[in-house]
Amino acid sequence: MNNIGKNSFDIGYMDTLALGDSSLHRLDPRAKLITTLVFIVTVLSFGKHTVSAMLPFFIYPIVLISLSGLPSRYLMKKLLIVSPFAVLVGIFNPFIDREIIYYIGSIGISGGWVSFLSILLRFVLTVTAALILLSLTGFNAVCASLMKLGLPRPFVVQLLFFYRYIFVLTDEAERMERARSLRAFNSEAMNIKIFVSLIGHLLLRTIDRAERIYLAMCCRGFDGRIRMIRKMKRSYKELFFVIGWSLLFIFLRNYNITLKLGQAFTGVIK
Amino acid sequence: MHMADALISPVVGGVMWFATAGLIAYSAKKVKKEADDRKVPLMGVLGAFIFAAQMINFAIPATGSSGHIGGGMILSILLGPYAAFLVMASVLVVQALFFADGGLLALGCNIFNLGFFPCFVAYPLIYRKIAVDIPNQKKIMIGSLIAVIIGLQLGAFSVVIETMFSGISALPFSTFLILMQLIHLAIGVVEGLVTAAVVTFVFKARPEILNAAGNYILIGKVEMKKLIIGFLLAAIIIGVGLSWFRSKNPDGLEWAILKTSKAEGVDSGGLASGLVGGCLIILIVFLIGLILRRYKDKHE
Amino acid sequence: MSHHIIEANDLHFTYPDGTVGLDGISFRISHGESVAVVGENGSGKSTLLLHLSGCLFASKGRLRIGDTYLEQKTLNIVRRTVGMVFQNPDDQLFMPTVFDDVAFGPLNLGLTYLEAERKAMDALKTVGAEHLRNRPPYKLSQGEKRAVSIATVLSMSPDILVMDEPTSSLDPKSRRKLIELLKTFRHSKIIATHDLDMAMDLCERTIVLHQGKVTADGETLKLFQDEGLLNRSSLEKPLRTQQC
Repeated sequence: MNNIGKNSFDIGYMDTLALGDSSLHRLDPRAKLITTLVFIVTVLSFGKHTVSAMLPFFIYPIVLISLSGLPSRYLMKKLLIVSPFAVLVGIFNPFIDREIIYYIGSIGISGGWVSFLSILLRFVLTVTAALILLSLTGFNAVCASLMKLGLPRPFVVQLLFFYRYIFVLTDEAERMERARSLRAFNSEAMNIKIFVSLIGHLLLRTIDRAERIYLAMCCRGFDGRIRMIRKMKRSYKELFFVIGWSLLFIFLRNYNITLKLGQAFTGVIK
Repeated sequence: MHMADALISPVVGGVMWFATAGLIAYSAKKVKKEADDRKVPLMGVLGAFIFAAQMINFAIPATGSSGHIGGGMILSILLGPYAAFLVMASVLVVQALFFADGGLLALGCNIFNLGFFPCFVAYPLIYRKIAVDIPNQKKIMIGSLIAVIIGLQLGAFSVVIETMFSGISALPFSTFLILMQLIHLAIGVVEGLVTAAVVTFVFKARPEILNAAGNYILIGKVEMKKLIIGFLLAAIIIGVGLSWFRSKNPDGLEWAILKTSKAEGVDSGGLASGLVGGCLIILIVFLIGLILRRYKDKHE
Repeated sequence: MSHHIIEANDLHFTYPDGTVGLDGISFRISHGESVAVVGENGSGKSTLLLHLSGCLFASKGRLRIGDTYLEQKTLNIVRRTVGMVFQNPDDQLFMPTVFDDVAFGPLNLGLTYLEAERKAMDALKTVGAEHLRNRPPYKLSQGEKRAVSIATVLSMSPDILVMDEPTSSLDPKSRRKLIELLKTFRHSKIIATHDLDMAMDLCERTIVLHQGKVTADGETLKLFQDEGLLNRSSLEKPLRTQQC
């Protein structure tokens, strides 16, 4: 009927995962954020026909998941859910780029298929890295780190408020939609008139809520500036983590160890 | 219209991130200067509203498909361009992080495409001109419709440009362009009508909300001009830079092969090593994962 | 020492759309009293509470809190003295984590991080919610949310607590817990409520509002036996006294 509830529950679950306790969980969020960013940029910097060189990058998510105890099945399910998107993006390539670049026996594999595979791999790697970051750190901590790293304060404050109220709003939306669908006798998506009315009411209620929140803030002395206590750790562990992984990524970016390994193997066999 | 990481080259992604980051910093400064305390909770809560509203689909008549609202225009009308841009950026950030709606590299592009055009171009230049002085229902309807359509057209065009300059997708330019513009024209009409209807709803129920909103700090004519000139300059520089870059590397395929490895060539021997190596690597990585898991469980 | 006395003198207030909120309210509440404010929906309970916490200003009449008359320029002083707990905890818990919310007030008052943290933890301990400190508010149950929203106000060490329907949407156990907790507070308490049974448990004095006016002001137990009065104010006897 509607998947609003499912989506918001999902986000909440990642916050629950972030409350876990492992050496990785305890690492300062900034370290995890920076490493994830380096990872993503490195992966995405590959050329469009790269496939084998990307494979070793799976070491990052695998190591993180294993050491932190994150539920791999859950992460894989999430990945699967969003994967059609990647397929959609790359599916044209095999039809357009037909230049053969590989042969298996007498079957030619076009560049289009290779780049399609490359797109899929990119997708899996980057999305997994982002999901892991969130499941290890939690949205709020990621935002706090971003602020410490220089993101403008009004933006981060607003992000935090937004996140805080996502669940409240999706709850309301879900309830309204459920109430409507119980009185609608078709199972199709709602018609525009009803949608506008529903959204309109939700909007007015939201604006009223903002007013009440503002009052509550004023009653507790709000003067325009949001203050938060955030203790950040900075030790050699964090440095080690960031530099170690970053060096590995750069190394893997420049040396295709997959190929080297394969060649060594086939060389030995020969 | 959400772009995907997979379609963006790091160069284009990086450039757009740069532009977006600059816009966020600029908007944040403006919002801080406005010093309207009321906006602090309002922005966050409206962001959540748009987020929730986007999850509700409505049926598009006569097509059998469903759609959902974008939100940039509604936000601009209620909050003013700067705050609206920040809110739009937040919504897209959360969607990118939690729903993988595109990816983190493309996020810069997405925020720009879906945020800059409605908030900084369509809203001030179209909606404000039409519907803010002495608003009435007709003006609101026309203003919203045109503003939304134009905003989406510009955004769609931006997507095409970004994709082309990235050179990863193999779609031909003109086909892609026409497709995108047409699709988003249709989307624009629908979203424009829905936006108009929602704003009218608010206008009829609580006109004072729109009145208060209209008084927010306006982008002055001078500032707007500065913004547009800055943007055009940036676009020209980027365009020139990127086309120089491309001309030096005429064939993306060749360049990619040269760049990524010395051995990934176009022969079957290379393919064999690649396949074998690939399997081995996957095996190794998997094993490492298992070992670490075992190690962790033991030390619990 | 008069800083816990609340004195309302002929308060009038009309909403922008014309609805009359308060129509000549006067009363005097002394230090340490627990007063229930009861009345039907629309009688002016919430409006009165908003006046007491400085969120609204009367169009006519004077409100004195302690030594200060409530005006725009004395708002800050009043807000340090009066802690308001809103009806909907989701409106009051707006920070990323419980701890952030409870520390919000003290930080705004200008305390150092250390002092603010201490006050926040003390407040959380008082309501029995220390273990919730790192939780995001959307992961709390109704009872927990209510407890935490009280903590957000307690951490500012107010002298007067103003609460709007604190027991609404609480399950029986949480409700009992809350009542027991409130019994331990030494502050002056002004509680707007429909829960007449709680009023009997907690408040020795009750003010009855009806259409913006005070229709009765006296001992809780006596008032709740006056069926005529209750009827006129669109109320009925507390559930526990209805069979006798």
